[in-house]
Amino acid sequence: MADRGNFGGTFGGGARARARRRATGLAFVLGCVLCGVLGGALPAIAAEGPASRVPKPVVAISAPGQCVEDTQFMLRNHMEILKHHRDQTVHQGVRTTQHSLANCVACHASKATGRVTGSKDAFCESCHRFAAVTLDCFECHADHPPAGIATNAALPGVVPR
Amino acid sequence: MSGIDHARRQILAWGAAMAGVTLAPGVTLFQLAQGRPPAEPASKAVRWGMLVDANRCASDCDACVTACDKENGLSGARTPTSAQWIRKVELKDLRGGPAKSAPVMCQHCAEPPCVDVCPTGASFKRADGIVLVDRHTCIGCRYCVMACPYQARSFVHEPVTDQKPEVPRGKGCVESCTLCVHRIDRDRIPACVEACAATGHKAILFGNLNDPASEISQRIAQFSTTALRPDLKLNPGVRYQGL
Repeated sequence: MADRGNFGGTFGGGARARARRRATGLAFVLGCVLCGVLGGALPAIAAEGPASRVPKPVVAISAPGQCVEDTQFMLRNHMEILKHHRDQTVHQGVRTTQHSLANCVACHASKATGRVTGSKDAFCESCHRFAAVTLDCFECHADHPPAGIATNAALPGVVPR
Repeated sequence: MSGIDHARRQILAWGAAMAGVTLAPGVTLFQLAQGRPPAEPASKAVRWGMLVDANRCASDCDACVTACDKENGLSGARTPTSAQWIRKVELKDLRGGPAKSAPVMCQHCAEPPCVDVCPTGASFKRADGIVLVDRHTCIGCRYCVMACPYQARSFVHEPVTDQKPEVPRGKGCVESCTLCVHRIDRDRIPACVEACAATGHKAILFGNLNDPASEISQRIAQFSTTALRPDLKLNPGVRYQGL
């Protein structure tokens, strides 16, 4: 009785372990595929490789190398930086311009239209369309620099990286 | 020569003494006079407030209202669903007393009912006493609109375009007077106060209620002023004189 119990227990455990191994393997493969897709897609935005049939977003940067952080870092983390700065500004009244949305807009607004949204080639919209990520900022925020600030110029107090 | 040196040293010593006058731990007279640097959070040592003098406010003038609309990108329409952050109110004694006129806006209460009822924490009071709505957190439930005894809050019913870069606003959020927080943070006075002064009425005085030396504190100490609905004990930051 005790043996059967042991046997049954061992058998059941082996089946669970196999199922877990299978699930882990599947998750690993899925993870690899996803990483490949995302990891491959993001650097492709910045890289200027040979012509490809894969459609890519148009990222026109008028002052390259002048961003407040590294380009690859900004590609992945701009939303976190903006969220952090937004909470500091709204709740504490911190008004530094280095990581403010207003500064992003001032520098990255299109030379033709003076805006970062509104067309498929606009700086924010082009990437967000490509990645199919909703861009909610500009339902409330202005997508053009404030009056008196030249387009493609940083706001006062900004230090380029 | 030695006389000049002596005088110069005396002046330098006075300057050092002035710069070091401590009002509260960590707050000196020098710092307050210089304003707050952009990287420094708003401080509890300051409580911003306004004093409205109804005797100086002209009933036919709405400079504060139009200045507010212009500064904050409000349409200026007066339909039941359009936003209005400051409005002129006429008070008339029905027994034949004189009519009074005064602007009413968010009173920036020390005990704000809008903050008490907000289910998401979007309504909040900043350290320096300014009551604001964090639109990133506002779900548009409008509890605060109901709770405010001054009817100071508006709901944005329609999509908004061409917002001011300094004043983001959009459909589905509640909003109200921000005391022009974007201007205060850059050492400028609110737009309504500036416009009122430009007309020559000078009916609105803006200042730091926590600083006993400020003009607003001295006027409140000198003259009889009142809060609107003092029975509610909300301790508003906006006070009225001559009502």
